[in-house]
Parts: sequence; C-alpha cells; structure tokens
Amino acid sequence: MPVTDVIKDLDSRTLTITADFAAPLERVWQVYADPRQLEKVWGPPGYPATVVEHELTPGGAMTYYMTSPEGEKYYGRWDVTEVSEPRGFRFDDAFTDDTFTANPEMPVSQNSYAFAEHDGGTRATYVTTYATAEALQQVLEMGMEEGAREAIAQIDVLLAQQ
Amino acid sequence: MAEDDEDRADALFHALADRTRRDIVRRVLAGEHSVSALAAKYDMSFAAVQKHVAVLEKAGLLSKRRQGREQLASGDVDAVRSVASMLTELEGVWRGRIARIDALIAADHPTQPLPSHPDGPRKD
Repeated sequence: MPVTDVIKDLDSRTLTITADFAAPLERVWQVYADPRQLEKVWGPPGYPATVVEHELTPGGAMTYYMTSPEGEKYYGRWDVTEVSEPRGFRFDDAFTDDTFTANPEMPVSQNSYAFAEHDGGTRATYVTTYATAEALQQVLEMGMEEGAREAIAQIDVLLAQQ
Repeated sequence: MAEDDEDRADALFHALADRTRRDIVRRVLAGEHSVSALAAKYDMSFAAVQKHVAVLEKAGLLSKRRQGREQLASGDVDAVRSVASMLTELEGVWRGRIARIDALIAADHPTQPLPSHPDGPRKD
C-alpha cells in the first residue's frame, strides 16, 4: 500500500495522510489536472464521480456529483484558493444543491494537497480540516454513508494488524 | 489489553454502522437530549429508539443520566474518542482513494518498468 503515514489531530479535527506513488511529480499532478482521471479516483466503489466544471486555478471552482447505485446524486464543489503547479493546491470542499450552490447548513472542509519528489517517486501529503466535531459527523452522514461499510471493513483489517 | 481494544472497536463500528444511530450521535454531540425527545425525531417506536441509544451507550459514544422520569442522553463521554472514530472512518475513505490513484498510475505502463532516472542509477 502506498499510504506511509496517517496523523489524526483530534484537537484541530485534522486528518493528514501521506502516500508515496511510484511515478513522477507531473504524473500525480495530472490525476488532479485531468477531470476524467480525477473522477476515476474520487468516488468510492459503486459511487462514480462526475466532474462538471474543472478550473484548477486560484479562485476557480471544480464541481462534481457522485451517483449512488440507486441513481441518487450527491453534489459538491471545490473552491480553489491556491495553486502551485505541480507541487500542490488548496481548496475548500462543500456540499451543494443540484445547481452547485453551497448548502450553508453543511460543513465546509479546508484541504491542502502537496506533492514532492521523494525517493525516485512522488510523496503526496493530503491535509483535511473540519471546523467542529459536528461538522465532521455531518460529513460522515452525507458523503460517506455509502462508503462506510467498505471503510469499516478496511479499518477492521488495520485494527487486526495492530 | 489487545482483546479489549478489539472488543471496543467491534462495538464502535457496529454502533456507527447504522444510519439512525449516527444521527443520534450527531444530535447528542451537539447537546443533551431526553430519550423521548430523540424518539420523537424518528419514525419508529420509543422502544426501538431506546434500543439504539443502548447500543450507543455500550459503545461508549453517549452516556445517560436520569432526571425525574426522564432519561437524558449526551455525547459527552469522550467526545474526543468519537472524533477519533470519525477520523478513522475518513482514513478508510482516503486509503480507498489512494489505492485507486496508485492503480490508475500503474495502468500507464502495464508491462514496462518505470523509466530510468536521468541522472543515472541511484546510489542511496
């Protein structure tokens, strides 16, 4: 598995994941720069993502939806705040309605993705922060109900290894 | 000790694997609720909601106290522990995502090794 480190900061409700990919920096950047690649990796299995707008520039937006096996759609948007091609970008991730207008009742997470050359490949560092514990819980309610079973199965495996 | 951790993890994941129970956790994390007030929120019997509350209590996700005839539930028990469990759930999502990125990148060159480093063989 390429995941090399996971840090959970409970006080700041921040998850930091480090992963090493056996590919050049530019190749990892392409996964995010190309909407067709991004949608292949974003949604959990069975919940394919469709990227609608894709503007990976400061002030730009990336809008997407995920479709459940029952055909229900979950909409969201990234508002890009900072871009440093190919070394990373920052954005706010929000739930939206079907016109991609952010839902003010739903939490927004702040995200920072950074990529660096490492050991002949690329080290990616993904940082996601939620404002409150309730926000974190809401996100799990909305976006992850579907993926939860799979995630729990994976976590069970991890716990079993400890 | 390890056995205890496993048991606790089982109880935690079982508790969070249900939509109603996750919703109850969200409400009681935001503030204390009576079990009857919680029951009024769902299209199910008081006894059914009480059972969900009991599962959450057993998993350590909420605590109950009695005030007169009311049972009050709050998520104070170790709010930190539930944050940890939520971050652990997110970690699972991320591991899935990263495995997909890895597979996508690997599909670029199904039979060829990575191109050699332009500066020659690595010495480290």
